[in-house]
Amino acid sequence: MDLSAINPLLFVAGFLVAATPLIFAAIGELVVEKSGVLNLGVEGMMITGAICGFATAVETGSPLLGFAAAAVGGAALSLLFAFLTQVTLANQVASGLSLTLFGLGLSALIGQSYVGIKPPRLGDIDFGPLADIPVIGPILFTHDIILYLGIALVAGVWAVLKFTRAGLILRAVGESHDAAHALGYKVKRIRTAAILFGGACAGLGGAYISLIRVPQWTEGMTAGIGWIALALVVFASWKPWRALLGAYLFGGITQLQLNLQGAGVAIPVEYLAMSPYIITIIVLVVLSADKSAAPASLGRTFHASN
Amino acid sequence: MIRLEKRPQPSRALSLSTPIMAVLATFVFGGLLFAVLGKDPVEALQTIFWQPLFGEYAFYYRPQLLIKGAPLVLIAIGLSLGFKAGIWNIGAEGQYIMGAIFGAAVGLAFYPAEGWYIFPLMVLAGAMGGWAWAMIPAFLKVRFGTNEILVSLMLVYVAEQFLASMSLGLLKNPEGYGFPGSRNLQQYAPAHNAELFAGSGMHWGVVAALIAVIFAYVLLAKHRLGFAIRVTGEAPRAARFSGVNPARLVLFCLGTSGLLAGLAGMFEVSGPSGQITIDFNVGYGFTAIIVAFLGRLHPIGILLAGGLMALTYIGGDIAQSNLGLPAAAIQVFQGMLLFFLLALDVLTHYRLRIGAAEAV
Repeated sequence: MDLSAINPLLFVAGFLVAATPLIFAAIGELVVEKSGVLNLGVEGMMITGAICGFATAVETGSPLLGFAAAAVGGAALSLLFAFLTQVTLANQVASGLSLTLFGLGLSALIGQSYVGIKPPRLGDIDFGPLADIPVIGPILFTHDIILYLGIALVAGVWAVLKFTRAGLILRAVGESHDAAHALGYKVKRIRTAAILFGGACAGLGGAYISLIRVPQWTEGMTAGIGWIALALVVFASWKPWRALLGAYLFGGITQLQLNLQGAGVAIPVEYLAMSPYIITIIVLVVLSADKSAAPASLGRTFHASN
Repeated sequence: MIRLEKRPQPSRALSLSTPIMAVLATFVFGGLLFAVLGKDPVEALQTIFWQPLFGEYAFYYRPQLLIKGAPLVLIAIGLSLGFKAGIWNIGAEGQYIMGAIFGAAVGLAFYPAEGWYIFPLMVLAGAMGGWAWAMIPAFLKVRFGTNEILVSLMLVYVAEQFLASMSLGLLKNPEGYGFPGSRNLQQYAPAHNAELFAGSGMHWGVVAALIAVIFAYVLLAKHRLGFAIRVTGEAPRAARFSGVNPARLVLFCLGTSGLLAGLAGMFEVSGPSGQITIDFNVGYGFTAIIVAFLGRLHPIGILLAGGLMALTYIGGDIAQSNLGLPAAAIQVFQGMLLFFLLALDVLTHYRLRIGAAEAV
């Protein structure tokens, strides 16, 4: 085993990249859950975003158009979820599961002709002299625009939830849909908007995996990241900055186990690959004692005549 | 303006007919999907749903129906108990894998001994493997209140990695010329889950699935525990007042579904599949979720739904080789079915009213 083979700078820069899909998916789901809706279809929306983004980027040659298409694809799939849960009042757990199963199939179907292709590369932002600063430069200033967009999104969601009227209404709907309805807010419309936002974010996260992190298309390539994002929202107690922190933690673990695999540690590869999932479970256990932060109406169906 | 009005009682007639409506809607939209893929929709649907049953080679495909249907029904029966009570085990795929590994490991440990006791021990080990894997989310839920959905799902990925490690390491065939995968249990008679009647497709897993259906039916209709499950799902508070112990219910529902999924995995690996390989699991644990809902969480319904889903697998294979229909199209088709099912379910609980809403 040779741990000195792990370059700390590359490691940190790498885990920022590994964490970005999680940031997008988790912050999107956080907004959805804040509105009182539990969408278990994150994995399905991510993988749909991954292939929509990949296919569009390959066909048009523009990675940014790919990301736009991924957001649209994720949101389109989430619209199905919104229809099921808000219009036909279906059970949210079952609807979310169906979204994941459907998304995995759909993405495999669209993706069959894209296996083994290299997507166009999205270049890093040119920060000029900033990138040459020792240590900080290579870590912070050698990334693509989407990575920074993810961080900006967290800040934006935090600010909107905390300081704006829209954020207050969203939270009101999530805490007590009956009270919000009595005040004249359109509960279903607000929730549908939140679900669409969550879908778009999950789509972006998925495309980040297929276009930047890996970058190629393989079936089922999200490999549970959507589910880890769901766990992250619980971990974060529905607070945006804690979601970012959690994403970095998991990004770090993922990157570390990959690096350890590369460094030839005496632990078999399969056991290293299990570690992010096991750690997710442990974190869930440690944090599940406190449920007070969860939106009070989370997962409950709203029907006006109730 | 269409609005929904809650029915005082869920409609029984619609509860029975919505699955059929969902299947018909899926035929229409699935047909459209096949048309978009450039296949003749009528021919595709006919290949998938008619040929395995009544086509020229039906004698070959009909036994397959039992082989593919048995694990789906076995797993779905277990899941339905939990789903009814609002306990969501979605990690059946992992429990299925662990059951297969435990069962196969016991069988391989006896190799090359002969004895009637080997297969029963494997069945026991498979059941225990699935049960133990499901008890992890059950225990964490009861003890710490951890979300069972996320934990059971995470454990699927852990089980998949464990399966890879087993088929490349501990359980690898020592005479396999270095190829990954265990010895083939089909060639080791005491551990082989052979067909009970040659050419019928009827193996012990099918028997177990039928027993599970009867067991679940009696449990839900006649037993106090079945009552506890139903009440907990419909009114958790009322259930508590009637003396239901929620923790015990979680342990029972997750444990039973894990046990049945483990059995399904064990019967599969010792029979139709034959050996532990990296990817011997084909997602039955996830498809079983669709089967459970399509069967309306009712044992008899699940039996029928399992048959229909098995049909889509077999017909899908035929369509793949004869018409070049991609395998993923069948997956989309199955997902679509679940969508329509959930969407149409609104009709059983609500009445559609046309006209302006009155101010209340």
